[in-house]
Amino acid sequence: MENVMIGLRGIAVDFDGERVLKGINLDIMDKEFITFLGPSGCGKTTTLRIIGGFVEPSEGDVFFEGTRINDLPPHKRQVNTIFQRYALFPHLNVYENIEFGLKVSKLPERERKLRVGDALELVGLKGYEYRNVNLLSGGQQQRIAIARAIVNQPKVLLLDEPLGALDLKLRKEMQRELKRIQQSLEITFLYVTHDQEEALTMSDRVVVMKDGNILQIGTPQDIYNEPANAFVADFIGESNIIDGIMLEDFLVEFANDTFPCVDKGFEENERIQVVIRPEDIRIVSPDDGKISGVVETVTFMGVHFEIVVDALGYKWTIHSTMSVPPETIIGMDFTPEDIHIMRRMEEE
Amino acid sequence: MPKAKYASLPYILWSLVFVVAPLALVVVFALTTPDGGFTIANVTKVAEYTPVFLRSLWLAVLATAACLLAGYPLAFIMSRQGGISQRTLVMLIMLPMWMNFLLRTYSWMTLLENNGIINSLLGFFGLGPFRMINTQGAVVLGMVYNYLPFMILPLYSIMTKIDGRVIEAAQDLGANSFQVFLRVVLPLSVPGITTGITMVFVPAISTFIISRMLGGGANMMIGDLIDAQFLGNAYNPNLGAAISLVLMIFVLLIMSMLNMFEDSEDKEGLIL
Repeated sequence: MENVMIGLRGIAVDFDGERVLKGINLDIMDKEFITFLGPSGCGKTTTLRIIGGFVEPSEGDVFFEGTRINDLPPHKRQVNTIFQRYALFPHLNVYENIEFGLKVSKLPERERKLRVGDALELVGLKGYEYRNVNLLSGGQQQRIAIARAIVNQPKVLLLDEPLGALDLKLRKEMQRELKRIQQSLEITFLYVTHDQEEALTMSDRVVVMKDGNILQIGTPQDIYNEPANAFVADFIGESNIIDGIMLEDFLVEFANDTFPCVDKGFEENERIQVVIRPEDIRIVSPDDGKISGVVETVTFMGVHFEIVVDALGYKWTIHSTMSVPPETIIGMDFTPEDIHIMRRMEEE
Repeated sequence: MPKAKYASLPYILWSLVFVVAPLALVVVFALTTPDGGFTIANVTKVAEYTPVFLRSLWLAVLATAACLLAGYPLAFIMSRQGGISQRTLVMLIMLPMWMNFLLRTYSWMTLLENNGIINSLLGFFGLGPFRMINTQGAVVLGMVYNYLPFMILPLYSIMTKIDGRVIEAAQDLGANSFQVFLRVVLPLSVPGITTGITMVFVPAISTFIISRMLGGGANMMIGDLIDAQFLGNAYNPNLGAAISLVLMIFVLLIMSMLNMFEDSEDKEGLIL
């Protein structure tokens, strides 16, 4: 069993009388890369700031290695944060920025020099010691922010949408870089993002949040293949979400037909939602397909074509490497494993 | 661009007529006798007033220091407030400046007089009377009262530019409140400090109204001395110009020292 690094128990936060976190319970393990994923305003940054010590929870407890730290000010916590847009010290050069944490903790100068050097090496900016931080590029400032945090050897690194301000290519590069740094330092990374791709590619576990609640916690594969509800399914990649009825274990009814599936444990005749990923649907001839429909639009997306098919009034999205002309009638085929059954969201 | 060149013409003309010419006249007056002959006697005579210069310098330094000490925390608090409370605080700082300068200083006279409001109140409790008017303390008080907004406003405007996340970053990296102040807030507010010092020190060292009204005859400042050469019974415009010239050079030297301090702060981040 791994060690629990941070524990959140019934965390609730009110801002101006509005509840922005509604009872968060979560264990964050040692050395894991965990990502808080959700649309803006879902409470992911607030959760991060609670762990950093910048927001005090209205209810609930925060534990760090088993000790309650609700009242511990930020400067006494063994976590470091990488802020949105880096928040480097504009009056200090690269070296002095990275040295900051070591200096306030009164480390001897020789030790400081060694550790700043190591940190600069790790982020690939050796030789930049005496540069003015204000004149560095976004990617370089990002690396300085990382070096400034990890030089303190925190047990947990909090990253608040650190790549949001970078362009796509640099973002991809930094994703790999961050993953490499996390693995070489063997510390816990707590990452906040609204980018589902970022969450899926980097994380050991993903926490999907919405309106101050956790909707699902799981590995990227779990989250993608078995979304807990329609919101998660829709937020993580594209999905076909269809209303249906679970007739009995392993048998579901939707689109005016019954289909075998691999899900069980629902009530008999429970109203559920079915999700089928666009890439799991194969285009076949109308007679061979499970459902047939008329092709409406075909869009070239680079790796694949996005084909929208109208079947019984529902617009199905299919991702296929083959194109079909619009207006043709096609059949759509999928296996029982491709059908994923979700409970209906409470609000709906 | 030639257009930009023409656009600056009115300002060049303005500064020629109202800045350069008067300055040149001060120099000319300072270096001439009443009948127009060249002399440096006026300038050498200024040395006789060294005690007045020193007193002015001392009082101005005291007032500037008091303004900085009083204004800095307030400016910081103001800069960290949001919305209405911030605007209210700025308003409260500005409000006394709408009142006439003379009136404000007069009101301090009535407060500080030997049988003024403060002494009457204290007498009610069997205390005093204290001698408050016509002291150096009263002059400094008058300066602080009148010039404090000139310290607070530049500090405030610089401090609002300090990103809250930079302060959070410092806390996050282990800095306690004192270290956050010393290592982040203070260095980032240096431009505001130098501006504030300039804005308070320059009018303070050359004031004559405040020292005359609150300091009595015993606490004469350079401003009073100059005033006496032009409008008083000591009438000697050439000497007055010479004193002005020396004061100007004096202030210029102090300001350039201050700027050197600010420049070195800027350059710290720019080495190499």
